[in-house]
Amino acid sequence: MTAHYPVLQVIVPLLAAPFCLVLRIPRLVAIFAILVSATAFLISTALLQQVLSHGIVIYELGGWAAPWGIEYRIDQLNGYLLVLISGISTVVLIAAQSSIGRELPENRHTFFYTAYLLCLTGLLGILVTGDAFNLFVFLEIASLSSYILIALGTDRRALTASYQYLIMGTIGATFIIIGVGLMYMMTGTLNMHDLSQRLPEIYKSRTVLCAFGFFIVGVCLKLALFPLHLWLPNAYAYAPSIATAFLAATSTKVAVYVLIRFIFSIFGINFVITSLPLSEIFLVLALAGIFAASISAIYQLNIKRLFAYSSIAQIGYMILGLAIGTQLGLTATLLHLFNHALMKGALFLAIGAVVYRINSSQLHHYAGLGKKMPWTMSAIVVGGLSLIGVPLTVGFVSKWYLVTALLDKGWWPVAVLVLLSSLLAVVYVWRIVEWIYFTPPRIILTDIQEAPLSQLIPIWLLVLANLYFGVDTRLTVGVSKLAAQSLFGVTL
Amino acid sequence: MNILGLYNYWIVVILILIGFYIVIAHENLIKKLVGLTIFQTAVFFFYISVGKIKGATAPILNDSLQVYSNPLPHCLILTAIVVGISTTALGLALVVRIQEAYGSIEEHELHAQDNNDQLESQLEAYGTRKQFNIMKRT
Repeated sequence: MTAHYPVLQVIVPLLAAPFCLVLRIPRLVAIFAILVSATAFLISTALLQQVLSHGIVIYELGGWAAPWGIEYRIDQLNGYLLVLISGISTVVLIAAQSSIGRELPENRHTFFYTAYLLCLTGLLGILVTGDAFNLFVFLEIASLSSYILIALGTDRRALTASYQYLIMGTIGATFIIIGVGLMYMMTGTLNMHDLSQRLPEIYKSRTVLCAFGFFIVGVCLKLALFPLHLWLPNAYAYAPSIATAFLAATSTKVAVYVLIRFIFSIFGINFVITSLPLSEIFLVLALAGIFAASISAIYQLNIKRLFAYSSIAQIGYMILGLAIGTQLGLTATLLHLFNHALMKGALFLAIGAVVYRINSSQLHHYAGLGKKMPWTMSAIVVGGLSLIGVPLTVGFVSKWYLVTALLDKGWWPVAVLVLLSSLLAVVYVWRIVEWIYFTPPRIILTDIQEAPLSQLIPIWLLVLANLYFGVDTRLTVGVSKLAAQSLFGVTL
Repeated sequence: MNILGLYNYWIVVILILIGFYIVIAHENLIKKLVGLTIFQTAVFFFYISVGKIKGATAPILNDSLQVYSNPLPHCLILTAIVVGISTTALGLALVVRIQEAYGSIEEHELHAQDNNDQLESQLEAYGTRKQFNIMKRT
């Protein structure tokens, strides 16, 4: 049984998804989905423990040996992310039942959970797989189901947002298969481990360079790096709140993982730095993204859209860590990956709870809610503080490591810019605080109550995680460092 | 360099560019999907032609056959075709719903309607008619 954990991780949610359609009764489906996601979480925790104590776990699908068959390969990096993704997914699902119950008509609940579990399958699959083409397939499973999740939103703009994401996402995925195809053409293998050994002989080849270019652009579309981010704000703003919380906390993180995997494990950082000015490109795009998105966030009227723009800015910080190209920089990226998932999970769930009560995500409808929904609102404030990077929150930890890495590399002007950009975060978080606590209400609030417990518990679970991992950084920093070390030390 | 000998890649590149151009340039949502399909199909051609060897047969074990084409890219493309079809189907389903919700599938008309919604919520947030007019002008 334990030997099959890597594949069960993916198969359990994959088989559970169609089973949801058979169950049909929304309440049952909701509980079933939580159980499935919790199972995935338990399996991934066991896997991470196994990886930390015994090293890399390798699983051959169907017993076919590696270069021919598909191989699942779990090391510190993806073991850590598996726990994160399945954990967040479980917490979000706990809040799902009431929130989805309010936001979607009853006949669509089952579809929501089916798409959700398929999306989870795709994301976990991308993380565990050791095969480049298999990665594309899982990527498309995750993407197709997230288009559905977004299109389920009740606002009609959800449809256009989903359509736009479908076009951009498919272009991204097609670029990725062009890249994989070129790699296969040159090396005759799709196995990531094999690729990493065969590529160094042909680094000079222009085809390899081309493969790398296509692949990177494709992945950057998926992770919404600055000029390729246009699909993201509307998709997050008009999707059902639960879908937004899930996607914002997980899907772009997984895309960043793919980027890290290909840059560090497969092509190798030396190839990337010597053959292309990737470091400079990433630096410029990341900074431009951080500033452009933070400034756009300040002017948003819809609070979901506001945090969507802030997500783009946060992705900028992650890419900045990669641009540094040192072990410290990579540690900062990995830490921010984890921490940002906690922040955005908490924030979007809290917004979901407000939408549950007042049925709006327009910022001006939030006026005066500070007194009516104190717990939810304080969760938004703590999440906002974490985004800014105030000490005692996770945001501080990741900014600290990022700035340390920048100073270590000697890029102090960039470090100054990072700190300046935090001030922009102060502005947009303050705007929310002002509306919530210091503006007289615009709509009648007399019968508005605090969010139900089934939503407050997951929200505060994530908020407390924000605070806990902001103080006790042993687990997150420890694992990030180990993962960064293994990526720099030995190639996969 | 043998430019004509690589004609299969030329076809692929030209098809990719045609597909990509349609996706970017056309306003109509269905035409965009057509472009996307051409774009994806070009990539399928690329994979298939990579695996093909001139004069080779399908990989069937037989003493009279010596040279086999590589079947793996062909299998991969079977998977990719399935993915492509589901993407197109989902895209078309979305277009149907967009037509129902907006009464149009021309991109600029959708944008106009969305902008209108946006202005209305701005009006609601910041109040006065005067500000609304200023926003409308800019």
